[in-house]
Amino acid sequence: MYAFAYHRPTSVRQAANLLGKLDEAKIVAGGHTLLPTMKQRLAAPANLVDLNGVNELRGIERSGRSVTIGAMTTHAEVAESADVKAAIPALAELAEMIGDPAVRHRGTIGGSVANNDPAADYPAACLALGATIVTNKRKIAADEYFKGLFETALGDGEIVTKVSFPIPQKAAYMKFRNPASRYALVGVFVAKRAAEIRVAVTGAGQNGVFRWAAAEEALKKRFAAKSLEGLAHPAEGLNGDIHADVTYRAHLIGVMARRAVAAATDRE
Amino acid sequence: MAAVSMTVNGKAVTGDIEPRTLLVQFLRENLRLTGTHVGCDTSQCGACVVHMDGRAIKACTILALQCERAQVTTIEGLANGAELHPMQAAFREHHGLQCGFCTPGMIMTAVDIVNRKGNSLDEHTIRNELEGNLCRCTGYHNIVKAIAAGAQAMGHGLVAQAAE
Repeated sequence: MYAFAYHRPTSVRQAANLLGKLDEAKIVAGGHTLLPTMKQRLAAPANLVDLNGVNELRGIERSGRSVTIGAMTTHAEVAESADVKAAIPALAELAEMIGDPAVRHRGTIGGSVANNDPAADYPAACLALGATIVTNKRKIAADEYFKGLFETALGDGEIVTKVSFPIPQKAAYMKFRNPASRYALVGVFVAKRAAEIRVAVTGAGQNGVFRWAAAEEALKKRFAAKSLEGLAHPAEGLNGDIHADVTYRAHLIGVMARRAVAAATDRE
Repeated sequence: MAAVSMTVNGKAVTGDIEPRTLLVQFLRENLRLTGTHVGCDTSQCGACVVHMDGRAIKACTILALQCERAQVTTIEGLANGAELHPMQAAFREHHGLQCGFCTPGMIMTAVDIVNRKGNSLDEHTIRNELEGNLCRCTGYHNIVKAIAAGAQAMGHGLVAQAAE
C-alpha cells in the first residue's frame, strides 16, 4: 500500500468539503474493496476520507411504503434488522449472503452501491426494487444510477448518503456464489410491485447489473416460476471467465430467476 | 505519521504510526501481540480475526487509524490469567487444531458466533458461520465440535457468574 493522508470527518458536509479541497481523494466506507485494492497498488489515493465517524449516515428507517438505509449501515445490520426482515425479507437475505460474518460487520450498503462491482449483490436489489440512491446533492433513480463496470452516475465530490427501497408485494434474491470469493457468479433479484415486475441480474453482464426484459414480460402474465420455463437468456453481452463461461452464466440466469420467483411466491 | 489511541484487551494504548498501518500490523508490530496472525492478507482466511467494539472483524482489512477510540479484543485478551477462556479450553479438549495457525482467528470467530447466536449451536449454523475462517489441517470436524462445546461452556460460565 502506498502512503496517503488520512481524514476522519464527522459530518457529510465536512466530508464533502474535504473531497472538494483535497487532491486525489477517495472515500473509504467499510473498506472491504478499497483497502484490498490499495494493497495490490491498483488504487493509490493521496488522501483517504473515512466516513466511519459520520453518524448521520447510519441507521434504518421504515415508513409505510419504503425502507431507507443509511449509507454507512453494515451488511450485518441490514441482515439483522427487524424492520428490513418484516418489510423486505429478500433484502435482509441478500445482505446475509454477502461475504462472511466478519466482512458483513464492516462492509456497507453505501460502499457497495458507490463501487458498483459487476458481481456485487446490492445493485441487483436496487434495480429490481426501483430504489432511489440519495446523495449529498440529489436523488437518483436506480435506473439512472448504474452506468457500467464500476461506473455510476455519481459526480466528483458526490457522496451516497442513503438508499431508499420501495416495499414490494413479493420479492426474492437467488445467488449462485463463487465458492471462494462469495461474489455472485450470477445473482437474480425479482420483485413484484403494484405497477410492475422487475428482474435484475448481477454477476453476469459485461456492463454490470441489468434488467432481463423478456423475463419481466413473461412474468406479467402470471407471477410464477412456470412462466419462465423454456425461457433462456442469450449469451451475448455476458461475462465469461475462468469461473464460468458465457453459456454457463446464461444458463444460470434462467435457473436463478426461476428459483427466485419460486422463493418469492412461496414466502407466505 | 499520525497519533492513534484505542483500548486493546482492556488497556489504553497509543501509537505514532503511518496512516497506511493496518490494525493487524499495529497489534503485532507495535504492541507485540503476535497471537493475531496474518494468513492470506486478503480478508479471506480469518487468521487475523479480532473483535472491534464487540464484533468480529478481519484485522488485515482495517486501518489502525480507523480503530481510534475503539475497544479491540485479541486472542491474548480472552483468558483470565492462567485460566483459559471456555472456548479456548474447548478447542484444547476437542483437539480443534493441528498446526494452530488458524486457531486464534477460529476462536475469536467462535466467541463472536456465541455472542450473536447464543449458546446452543447446531452443526449447520457453526459450519455456515465459519465461512470466513480457513483451516488447512483439520477438515473442520473437531473445530465444529469444539465450538459447540465451547458455546455451551460459555453459557454455564454466565450462569455461574450470575449465581455468585
